[in-house]
Amino acid sequence: MAAFLEFRNITKTYPGVKALTDVSFAVPAGSVIGLLGENGAGKSTLIKTLGGDIVPDSGEVVLAGEPQHFTATRDSILAGISVVHQELQLVPELTVAENLMLGRFPSRAGVVEFGNLFSRVRAILNDVGIDVDPRSKIIDLSIGTRQMVEIAKAAVFDAKVIALDEPTSSLSSTESEVLFRLVDRFRREGKVILYVSHRLDEIFRLCDSCVVLRDGKLIVHHETMEGLTRHQLVREMVGREIQDIWGWRGRTVGEPRLSVTNVSGTKLPVPASFEARAGEILGFFGLVGAGRSELMRLVYGADNRHSGEVRIAGQQVQASDPRRSIRAGLVLCPEDRKADGILQGRSVEENVAISTRRHFSPFGVLNKRREADIAEEFIKKLRVRTPSRRQDIVNLSGGNQQKVILSRWLAEKGVKVLIIDEPTRGIDVGAKAEIYEILYGLAEEGMAIVVVSSELPEVMGISDRVIVMQSGRISAEFQRSEFTEESILAAALPDREAA
Amino acid sequence: MQRLKRLLLGDQGLVVIFVVAFVLVSVFVPNFLSERNMLGLLQAVVTIALVSCTMMLCLALRDVDLSVGSIVAFAGMVAVMATNMTGSVILGILAALVAGLIVGLVNGIVIAKLKINALIATLATMQIVRGLALISSDGRAVGIDNENFFDLALRSFFTIPVPIYVMVIFFLIFGFVLNRTVFGRNTLAIGGNPDAARLAGVNVDWTRIWCFALQGLACAVAGILLSARITSGQPNSAIGLELSVISACVLGGVSLAGGRATMSGVIVGVLVLGIAENAMNLLNIQAFYQYLVRGVILLLAVLLDSLRSRALGRRV
Ligand SMILES: Nc1ncnc2c1ncn2[C@@H]1O[C@H](COP(=O)(O)OP(=O)(O)OP(=O)(O)O)[C@@H](O)[C@H]1O
Ligand SMILES: [Mg+2]
Repeated sequence: MAAFLEFRNITKTYPGVKALTDVSFAVPAGSVIGLLGENGAGKSTLIKTLGGDIVPDSGEVVLAGEPQHFTATRDSILAGISVVHQELQLVPELTVAENLMLGRFPSRAGVVEFGNLFSRVRAILNDVGIDVDPRSKIIDLSIGTRQMVEIAKAAVFDAKVIALDEPTSSLSSTESEVLFRLVDRFRREGKVILYVSHRLDEIFRLCDSCVVLRDGKLIVHHETMEGLTRHQLVREMVGREIQDIWGWRGRTVGEPRLSVTNVSGTKLPVPASFEARAGEILGFFGLVGAGRSELMRLVYGADNRHSGEVRIAGQQVQASDPRRSIRAGLVLCPEDRKADGILQGRSVEENVAISTRRHFSPFGVLNKRREADIAEEFIKKLRVRTPSRRQDIVNLSGGNQQKVILSRWLAEKGVKVLIIDEPTRGIDVGAKAEIYEILYGLAEEGMAIVVVSSELPEVMGISDRVIVMQSGRISAEFQRSEFTEESILAAALPDREAA
Repeated sequence: MQRLKRLLLGDQGLVVIFVVAFVLVSVFVPNFLSERNMLGLLQAVVTIALVSCTMMLCLALRDVDLSVGSIVAFAGMVAVMATNMTGSVILGILAALVAGLIVGLVNGIVIAKLKINALIATLATMQIVRGLALISSDGRAVGIDNENFFDLALRSFFTIPVPIYVMVIFFLIFGFVLNRTVFGRNTLAIGGNPDAARLAGVNVDWTRIWCFALQGLACAVAGILLSARITSGQPNSAIGLELSVISACVLGGVSLAGGRATMSGVIVGVLVLGIAENAMNLLNIQAFYQYLVRGVILLLAVLLDSLRSRALGRRV
């Protein structure tokens, strides 16, 4: 088959970083190609050259034999390319419909015909199988739903080339299925799909071929997925052997550390209660929008509680103030790193030290040496790919930003309860194993750890106990001995009573 | 060419431009380098310099304070009138500092607790406080009875007048506050991402309130020195000061989007403004044209900043 999309000798350098070095490969029409590699390998950078968001230092993108020289996003849209970026690009204050049709509103004499707009978008959403009201504002949607909306954008354009940069990183398997069917359909329609993911199952499920990047270089281009094993791909990505990535081991579970009773809030009207014990890793599973993140934000005090009580090691914590929670030993690593995690414009070092520095800053004066040491320690431990600890965090790749935010909380002292919402969102296989190992270590020291995750294998792989949420309430609980994929999924699905 | 570009757009770009401008002006403008002119230049920038130190904090927070000019005038009036009333310079100074602090605290509390946009809140206090300055003196300048008050601006140690020492002390203090204290770093963090800072346990309201309170205090100090220099309390002084101060900060690389600020940048920004003004005076350029030049300098500075962001591939 003739190549439809081709990358020719693409090179891109940033100060201190070779993001891409001489990358070339070609993709035929009507096929899905997987883009694999560790955090910071250059996947998003490659996609940005396709989207016209960055201009490569040298090399070119070739479409149907025609070399293209995109200098702006518009150029690439006009050439029939649609990119779903790793960090969502929706306008939070606008509705789903407005976001989807931005720039192409149906209008008469300059006046937007909203009725028409909403019905057209409803048709599109139905067609691609996404269940969301076109009139809802983006800001009111969960991050997973936002991601689905972003993906629907690609369908609206009727593009010839569609690039999806980690589209499933906050979707659970059920929503992912909707996406997979959509991708299958795009393939049948003869489009080229570039697919970036750290989840190898998806790569095997979807892709016709794949390329592996490491340190900005193309390591290998597999023209077919036949005969390939997970093991081989992982080795090609990280350049070393990774054993069992879960590595779960038994622990003794002690006293209750976190007791949550009847907590409710605006986005979680039904009161919820649960308990986590010292030395325990408690998994929270559910579909997108099941209310897991909302519950955790209420527990932490990030949002106002309407009712309920939170106790840390028996001590009650006042509602609605993260500072009190932190002082009482309860911390939350939030789900949405762009909105709630990274401090834009500040260095990696400062992003790590922001909370823990109060332990070693007498009279509010910083101890720069200590901050540097902590930052260096975690950069090494979690393999954060950055030219220096002084680098502005916005210049890091998505997965590396996630590692920095995690470090912020792993570095915190006196933590009794650690809540992590999607701990490995966008993190590569190698670093995942490292992070799980750190979590086990913390649990062994007596911390209670609550992990919210949409990735069922992860929840089952690392938890001692799993709580399932469904449509805003807790629907089931499983001990590790009772874990089966079927039962956990069944508890998460909304049509359980109906069936 | 490539190296020149890298030099100009690098971290020290503004310093390089400053040095070049300084050398050019020294060569081409007669009398510029004389000791008298240098001291005059520094004295002329004291007001802007003092207020810029704290404006830097407000801008770093992603906020802005438009009421600075009014606070300077008001605090100056309070200093003069309280000195006249009590006969004590010390009490006059204290009264002015308290007045500045109160206005700053009010700004901070309205912005942090009532969640009113800083632009609007300080636009309101800007008018209110200017009104207070005018009402308290019935719109007239008030002379100073106590000779000692003039010493605040006119007394010199080792030929250098007091206000310049105050300015240097301010630079040192706020450089330390911004770079070496939790307060300074929290200010930058809030400007970078207020939600993330709150979730990371930063006391956002408290930090906001103190930034504005410090701004009020700095304005009071500037107001006291200004009234000593012009030997009276003038209710109409320092009009438009907020624009010069914001210009100086932006020239110095402070980002209006919050989260990025350095003391050294702001010092250079203040000096660039001062040198431009001073050179134009020495060359007898008409006041009307000076507005043009100032505007052009500001545009160039902003352009430089945006080119720099783009060169770094930052998303703005
Ligand atoms: N604007 C920038 N300035 C400096 N360095 C950058 C910039 N953008 C990307 N980089 C660097 O380029 C490298 C490649 O980044 P890229 O985002 O392509 O990684 P990625 O493969 O998508 O990783 P992830 O899996 O974490 O998303 C990283 O080391 C990153 O730090
Ligand atoms: Mg990426």
